[in-house]
Amino acid sequence: MTIGLGHYLAVASVLFTLGILGIFLNRKNVIVILMCVELMLLAVNINLVAFSVFQGNVVGQIFAMLVLTVAAAEAAIGLAILVVYFRNRGTIAVEDINAMKG
Amino acid sequence: MLLQALAFYVFAAVTVASAAMVVVSRNPVYSVLFLILAFFNAAALFVLIGAEFIAMILVIVYVGAVAVLFLFVVMMLDINLTEMREGFLKYLPVGAAIGVVLLAEILLGLGVLGSGSVTIEGLDKAGAQVLAVDNTRAIGRVLYTQYFYLFQVAGIVLLVAMIGAIVLTLRSRPGVRRQKISDQLYRPKDQAVTTVKVPTRGGV
Repeated sequence: MTIGLGHYLAVASVLFTLGILGIFLNRKNVIVILMCVELMLLAVNINLVAFSVFQGNVVGQIFAMLVLTVAAAEAAIGLAILVVYFRNRGTIAVEDINAMKG
Repeated sequence: MLLQALAFYVFAAVTVASAAMVVVSRNPVYSVLFLILAFFNAAALFVLIGAEFIAMILVIVYVGAVAVLFLFVVMMLDINLTEMREGFLKYLPVGAAIGVVLLAEILLGLGVLGSGSVTIEGLDKAGAQVLAVDNTRAIGRVLYTQYFYLFQVAGIVLLVAMIGAIVLTLRSRPGVRRQKISDQLYRPKDQAVTTVKVPTRGGV
């Protein structure tokens, strides 16, 4: 009944899959898509920390901290863009964001 | 050992369940709250394997900053909730198919890993440090010496994000009268005072 590396990797993989699933399902709401990106980054962090602990090397935790920094910056910039977009267009539905015709 | 395994399963189950609720919840406010729950339980998972520092940073940064930011934005934007969920069923088959394929691949990889690991030639086993000191001290010893430039780059990333968010959301509204003290102080004399020559007995 010992908890090994595989248990943590399984939790992280389920979290990552849920994040991708959320990006595909919530096509109307950019905020939920940003939250799903945060979930995927959390899964990546779980992987990094689990490998770091089970290998006895602390560098993985440092990289997890850097991932966390980038995630915070991404959330701030993404939400700022969202606020500006909502102020200009009055909607944040993904299907209506087609100003660049990409 | 049984107690730790039980705690792991409880925390992992709550993490996965709340992550699922983030995806399928109808109200974005509930999504943010379930996101906070997921982060708390992930922090508990980190504590279980002895990464206390990352766990506390996760609680402070994610729950204290990012989730509250999400909550503010969700409440600031006036979103029509009924039309928000349209198309959920339309995208369900594609999304579910992709999710199932991805999860099956990851679990297949894990199963292969469980039957014996791939040996990597030249893997430096001596580079692994034994964690004799506690977690925070070990991180500090490596972070402030070997990875100091990375630490500073992380600070620059945060600074750029802060300035970018301010520049994006700051707006100057026309027609708002504000007191501009520097304009008042730097107004020259010939713009502020005019001398009027009044003729004697003529009046103004």
